[in-house]
Amino acid sequence: MSKDWPLWEVFIRSKNGLSHKHAGSLHAADAEMAIENARDVYTRRNEGVSIWVVESRHITASNPEEAESLFDPAKDKVYRHPTFYDLPDEVTHI
Amino acid sequence: MNHQESLYHFALQMGDNALILGQRLSEWCGHGPVLEQDIAITNIALDHVGQARSWLQYAAELEGKGRTEDDLAFLRPEFEYRNVLLVEQPNTDWAYTIVRSFLFDTFNYFHHVELTQSTDPGVAAIAEKSLKEITYHLRYSSEWMIRLGDGTELSHDKMQQALDDLWMFSGELTAMTSLETSLAAAGLAPDLSGIKPLYDGRIAAVIQEATLEVPSGAYMQTGGKEGRHTEYMGFILAEMQSLQRQMPGLKW
Amino acid sequence: MNLEQQFQARIDQEIKVEPRDWMPEEYRQMNIRQIAQHAHSEIVGMLPEGNWITRAPSLRRKVALLAKVQDEGGHGLYLYSAAETLGISREELIDQLHEGKAKYSSIFNYPALTWADIGAIGWLVDGAAIMNQVSLTRTSYGPYARAMVRICKEESFHQRQGYEILLTLCRGTQEQKAMAQDSLNRWWWPALMMFGPNDDQSTHTEKSMNWKLKRKKNDELRQQFVDVTVPQAEYLGITVPDPDLKWNEERGHYDFGEINWDEFWQVVKGNGPCNKKRMNDRIKAHEEGAWVREAAMAYAEKRQQRKLQQAS
Ligand SMILES: [Fe+2]
Ligand SMILES: [Fe+2]
Repeated sequence: MSKDWPLWEVFIRSKNGLSHKHAGSLHAADAEMAIENARDVYTRRNEGVSIWVVESRHITASNPEEAESLFDPAKDKVYRHPTFYDLPDEVTHI
Repeated sequence: MNHQESLYHFALQMGDNALILGQRLSEWCGHGPVLEQDIAITNIALDHVGQARSWLQYAAELEGKGRTEDDLAFLRPEFEYRNVLLVEQPNTDWAYTIVRSFLFDTFNYFHHVELTQSTDPGVAAIAEKSLKEITYHLRYSSEWMIRLGDGTELSHDKMQQALDDLWMFSGELTAMTSLETSLAAAGLAPDLSGIKPLYDGRIAAVIQEATLEVPSGAYMQTGGKEGRHTEYMGFILAEMQSLQRQMPGLKW
Repeated sequence: MNLEQQFQARIDQEIKVEPRDWMPEEYRQMNIRQIAQHAHSEIVGMLPEGNWITRAPSLRRKVALLAKVQDEGGHGLYLYSAAETLGISREELIDQLHEGKAKYSSIFNYPALTWADIGAIGWLVDGAAIMNQVSLTRTSYGPYARAMVRICKEESFHQRQGYEILLTLCRGTQEQKAMAQDSLNRWWWPALMMFGPNDDQSTHTEKSMNWKLKRKKNDELRQQFVDVTVPQAEYLGITVPDPDLKWNEERGHYDFGEINWDEFWQVVKGNGPCNKKRMNDRIKAHEEGAWVREAAMAYAEKRQQRKLQQAS
């Protein structure tokens, strides 16, 4: 008969200027409660200035079996990184 | 009574409210209805005990007899505790706990808003610091009032019952004692008659949103602020003071 | 390489396993069992110490203990969440606990009788737990390892507050010191039992080590615990209740006496002094909370409905 509270994922911004980062999950009946629970569970030690919550079932994750085709191609795009380009040491501020 | 003495008694009253409610709420730790709320209610208990420490430290300072927060918290006889009767009422279940907190938090919130304007800088500073916590407490207990009042039939009935049973202890919150009258005259603490309409309005609004009914016709109990308590108080103190009474005068 | 070999190869390279990765069913089950047991221990562990919150002898001790026991609740929550990533719900895990199908650390079946026990629990029980947990920050399952990192950070004050309580008692009156000694007498051996049976008796050790679910063996952790704890007891000026305890120069470790394994297995089987009380307390809280959980859900659904109606 008991209906369980859904699972929520919690994202915390530890201070202004930084992105929200996944902190963990918890159960709550609704979004407001999830925010409050997140405050009590994940910011007891002053870990945050802002909280996002999203019900876990709304998250779509990439499939780990496709990880190679999704992520490996980026590994050899060295030209996207500044160190790929050779400049003489005398040239500064670049 | 001079101002210093009046303030001392007032700081005790504030400290005792926070201490006894904190003591009650801490009984939930490990026994909450769901893990998340166990953690939440313990946070609130921690806030109350923290506020109790601020007030009792200030009381000890005002008294100036070298007593400490712990002497005041653990070594007074029952009739010297000045907390309102409401906060010493037992947890009973989550409904009673929420109703008790809601009635107290509502008063406590409006009271603290005014206390930040106290002409006594010590009182104003503690009020300022506590107000942020109390704002959250009120939000929390109000949400739970609504959630359970408007939840299932069972939860609605339990909430109404708790509200009916605890209502007679709510009048004391805004009933002025002679101490409070003299403090108000000096601008040290607010005139509670100014707070009462705000308190009544807020209580009524939340109760209505919770689809509950404001109890009517209860004869209001008073006495806690003057040291006359309910039968529960003796047991709270027996438990809380036990070690300090068994082995007095030691460091822990 | 087949899937299982590929899996082992990744583990050997210290690549963490994440929730949606392929994993052998046995790995999944072993993880669920270990994480759940750990989570239950945190929650049941709130009870013996929770008993003393209302009796803490100073306000400073009261807030510290409240915060500490609350942290244990948080740990339970992180761990239940980690277990849930493996496809089991918290409700199922809690049911298993209440039906006696899941284990929790036996240490919490011993009673907290005096204030000194609050010191001893923080010092010895949290101390032993930390030793195990630090090694588990490198466990192979990602969510479990991350929970452990968070937990270890929070644990650091638990052991210190316990030791500080005992230090205060040991510097106090004769009576207080006697209270400290008595608590060490009662908690020392159960604390050593926390690391589990000797490795040659332990059924899952080998697989667990290969899959890096466990990173250190029971006996290794136990020895480490004895080695760091004995000098701490000496500093307190109280005596570890083991006549065989003695520094072994050759090994560079303390030798210590035989654990009473009969008592260990009896307590595991449910015959400790508090097994029934602990379980009854947990079941009572859960059952009495049922109407609250249901009502909150009912209200959330009503409000969702109202929002939809307003929108249309
Ligand atoms: Fe813990
Ligand atoms: Fe701990």
